[in-house]
Amino acid sequence: MTRQNKSTMEMVQRGLARRHRREKIFRFLGMAAVTTSILFLLLLFGSIIANGWSAFRQAELSLEVSFDQELLDVDNLRDANYALLIKRSLREFFPQVEKRRDLRHLYKLVSSGAAFELQAMVMADPSLIGTRRLVTLPADDEVDMLLKGYIPRDVPESERRVSDQQIRWIDELVAASRLKLGWNTTFFTAGDSREPELSGIRGAVAGSLFTLLVTLLLSFPIGVAAAVYLEEFAPSNRWTDCIEVNINNLAAVPSIVFGLLGLAVFLNVLGMPRSAPLVGGLVLTLMTLPTIIIASRASLKSVPPSIREAALGIGASRMETISHHVLPLAMPGMLTGTIIGMAQALGETAPLLMIGMVAFIVDVPGGLTDPATVLPVQIYLWADSPERAFVERTSAAIMVLLTFLIMMNGTAVFLRKKFEQRW
Amino acid sequence: MGIDMVLESGNSLIRPGAVESAQEEIRSERVSREQRQTVGTPFVEDARMTCRGVEVFYGNKQAINGVSIDVAKNEVLAMIGPSGCGKSSFLRCLNRMNDTVDICRVRGEILLDGQDIYGRQVDVVPLRAQVGMVFQKPNPFPKSIYDNVAYGAKIHGLVSSKSELDEVVEDALKKAGLWDEVSDRLEQPGTGLSGGQQQRLCIARAVAVRPEVILMDEPCSALDPIATATVEDLITELKQQYTIVIVTHNMQQAARISQRTAYFHLGDLVEVGATDRIFTNPLHQLTEDYITGRFG
Ligand SMILES: Nc1ncnc2c1ncn2[C@@H]1O[C@H](COP(=O)(O)OP(=O)(O)OP(=O)(O)O)[C@@H](O)[C@H]1O
Ligand SMILES: [Mg+2]
Repeated sequence: MTRQNKSTMEMVQRGLARRHRREKIFRFLGMAAVTTSILFLLLLFGSIIANGWSAFRQAELSLEVSFDQELLDVDNLRDANYALLIKRSLREFFPQVEKRRDLRHLYKLVSSGAAFELQAMVMADPSLIGTRRLVTLPADDEVDMLLKGYIPRDVPESERRVSDQQIRWIDELVAASRLKLGWNTTFFTAGDSREPELSGIRGAVAGSLFTLLVTLLLSFPIGVAAAVYLEEFAPSNRWTDCIEVNINNLAAVPSIVFGLLGLAVFLNVLGMPRSAPLVGGLVLTLMTLPTIIIASRASLKSVPPSIREAALGIGASRMETISHHVLPLAMPGMLTGTIIGMAQALGETAPLLMIGMVAFIVDVPGGLTDPATVLPVQIYLWADSPERAFVERTSAAIMVLLTFLIMMNGTAVFLRKKFEQRW
Repeated sequence: MGIDMVLESGNSLIRPGAVESAQEEIRSERVSREQRQTVGTPFVEDARMTCRGVEVFYGNKQAINGVSIDVAKNEVLAMIGPSGCGKSSFLRCLNRMNDTVDICRVRGEILLDGQDIYGRQVDVVPLRAQVGMVFQKPNPFPKSIYDNVAYGAKIHGLVSSKSELDEVVEDALKKAGLWDEVSDRLEQPGTGLSGGQQQRLCIARAVAVRPEVILMDEPCSALDPIATATVEDLITELKQQYTIVIVTHNMQQAARISQRTAYFHLGDLVEVGATDRIFTNPLHQLTEDYITGRFG
């Protein structure tokens, strides 16, 4: 007996060094893998933030505008010549500019959207008419780019989009504190626009939210119900096996296929409106359902059968067993699956292109059937635009999208932690 | 002669059934090990539950081979036998818990008060309220101690007010001998109790529904002698009103609390008889091997 024990110890000792070494190597590999992924993540975030943070600031002009009575007809404020008000105010500031060509260049410093801002201002408050006051107006995107240093000053004039003369005026305005970088509210309050300085993500965010709302409202109940039925009620036979295989396959179908399906069924057969969050939500529901069903089934499976037996054993019906005991225990896993599905849906572009959500839409959607676009599509559209100012906006929009995604995943983690129960 | 007589005359008396006593006198030889017919007295006159030719299959594997036995009113029937011989499988047939195992099929006839419990019309919800079960492994709900015990009474609508429910919970916990330990922390999770406490919690949970037949699968396997004694007292008390079938590996326990004992061997019901007779004068060689420790 003692000899046997001793030889066991000896054998254990002999192998011990090798076993520890293996463990060390494995730990090292694991740490290396984690470090690499963190580095890549930092690189990704770093480059996006470096590119995008400047989009949150925007060049704005403070101009002394006199709201002349003779130009503003109280009965027809909509069609008044607001551009002329701005031109006059600029000429006042630069009285020495006289040639028509120079004046045209001078007027270019102000965004074409400035006139609309004045219009909105006057229409909201007609008492402005006849007064004279300092108004903050958006500058043109080229001015913005110059102030942010994206347009180099030291290259020959022909190689940049801002002339030497314009640079002089800009410097003059900056010196007079009439031109500066301010917080870019427009980016958060406006819809898309051809002019970078007038474009914002509000439309895309609203579109994304409406689309996700439809997706969530449809896919969560349907997914959970399907999972509960398949896991708890369905007899296990060839049919349910077949359904299971198909659901797993659906999860692997490229998302654009769901878009084609949506185009064929929802738009062409059912005649639903194009570019609408409702249709986008339906398409994304098709896409997320398999994810939710699979995650929900897995979390139902992980509820120990002894809990079901306990409930059934004292005479709970199947429905009571499920709703009182199984579902509460499975809920964290189901919610996590749903949120991950939602996050996937939030980042999805391809299927939405098919149903027309890629259109250039200026208005912020107000409902489920209004034409809309979504954040990732907006990013795609901006990334495709030639203006330099859209580059930073692309990155800024990505930052917003990532913020939403991180928030959603954070919620998933939080829910899991909160409702996680031990048994 | 009914089994009631036996109860009145107490545990110490061997049931004076004519057949059995005749057998006892002649038998010095045991039934041989190869013989798998049930010997002894599986049938009684006023049976609460009647099982005839019960077979249990897990997939293609047969776990119970044609068991016929009665469970009398107000008796404690102990089931003993080596591990894996099918005690739990058989016990779970009696309130159709085997329905929950996908691969499990049950054949044969099981009657409760003359009604086939596997009949087409039978609803398992009232059946399980009537035939309660304490499982082999403690399985409290991951809810508070109070909710664990109250659950059955709540879903079956046995109480009409909160105070009534409180009473039911307290009563059940007292019966299971757990009240003193948990009365000040009823809101804490039942899963936070020790293994033995969880087992008693599960007993309390089953008792709170006041089932008429209680199936207990090794209810004392994780209990210390004191808690075991409490549970045994409970069983003896419950016996006055209810019928109890208990699986146990503890033969002293079987001898202490049961009136009749059934010995299972590899899926066969080998011997049934009055407990005292089984432990003093088994008819079957396998039974003798087991109780004298030569098997398993
Ligand atoms: N769910 C199941 N699936 C497949 N086989 C099972 C299942 N449950 C039990 N069995 C088999 O049925 C036989 C009887 O098992 P059972 O649990 O009834 O034994 P037991 O007498 O209760 O044993 P123990 O005293 O160890 O609890 C065993 O051979 C076991 O392997
Ligand atoms: Mg068992």
